[in-house]
Amino acid sequence: MVDKNLDIQLSAETLEISKNYNFVLDEKCGGIDMFVGTVRRWNKDEEITHLDFECYEPMALSELKKIANRAFSQFGLHKISVHHRTGHVGLKDIAVVIAVSAKHRKAAFEGCEFIIDELKKTVPIWKKEFLIDGSHWVNSRP
Amino acid sequence: MIQIYQDMKVLCFGIAREIIGNSELLIPNVEIDTVSSLKAYLKSEYPEFNVYKQFQIAVNQEFADDDRPICSRDEIAIIPPVSGG
Repeated sequence: MVDKNLDIQLSAETLEISKNYNFVLDEKCGGIDMFVGTVRRWNKDEEITHLDFECYEPMALSELKKIANRAFSQFGLHKISVHHRTGHVGLKDIAVVIAVSAKHRKAAFEGCEFIIDELKKTVPIWKKEFLIDGSHWVNSRP
Repeated sequence: MIQIYQDMKVLCFGIAREIIGNSELLIPNVEIDTVSSLKAYLKSEYPEFNVYKQFQIAVNQEFADDDRPICSRDEIAIIPPVSGG
């Protein structure tokens, strides 16, 4: 889902942060902030081998669009790019990239943080952690 | 008045897909008319839903409250606790 100022993609392919950066780069903006979420080996004392992401694609895209529209209006962002992985994601691989541009740094910092915080609350994407000795869906355990 | 209930199709993701054993659940000819009656049906047919954290229901790709009316023409999905990012 791409328009002039907003680029939202769910992808089974390796994410490249230059694509997000290049999308939001604009001569009207003096600041770009990016968040890159990567896969870590340890979660508390559990050792992870890889993750698997599943999504409800049309709803994930529409929820991300709602978040982006709130971010545009609350923080005065100029451009937003959000790419999220689906499928098998290995250690150190990128799971999510968020890039935003704004006239000044404060709006960029705050807008980017807002988007990742809201993404984690409402966007229908699910992460299964595969461990050395088992697997589970994150946030679903009783 | 004769009312014919059609199969209700429910999309299943994440832990819900594993509990149900399929990415789509067809609920035949039952009288489910609200989100809360669907939740009650799922918990009774699949008791494992009571063990895991609460799931939500989406209707036509929007989060839906318990009193939201639903019918077989709606796009209905079980939304377990999300964990993107």
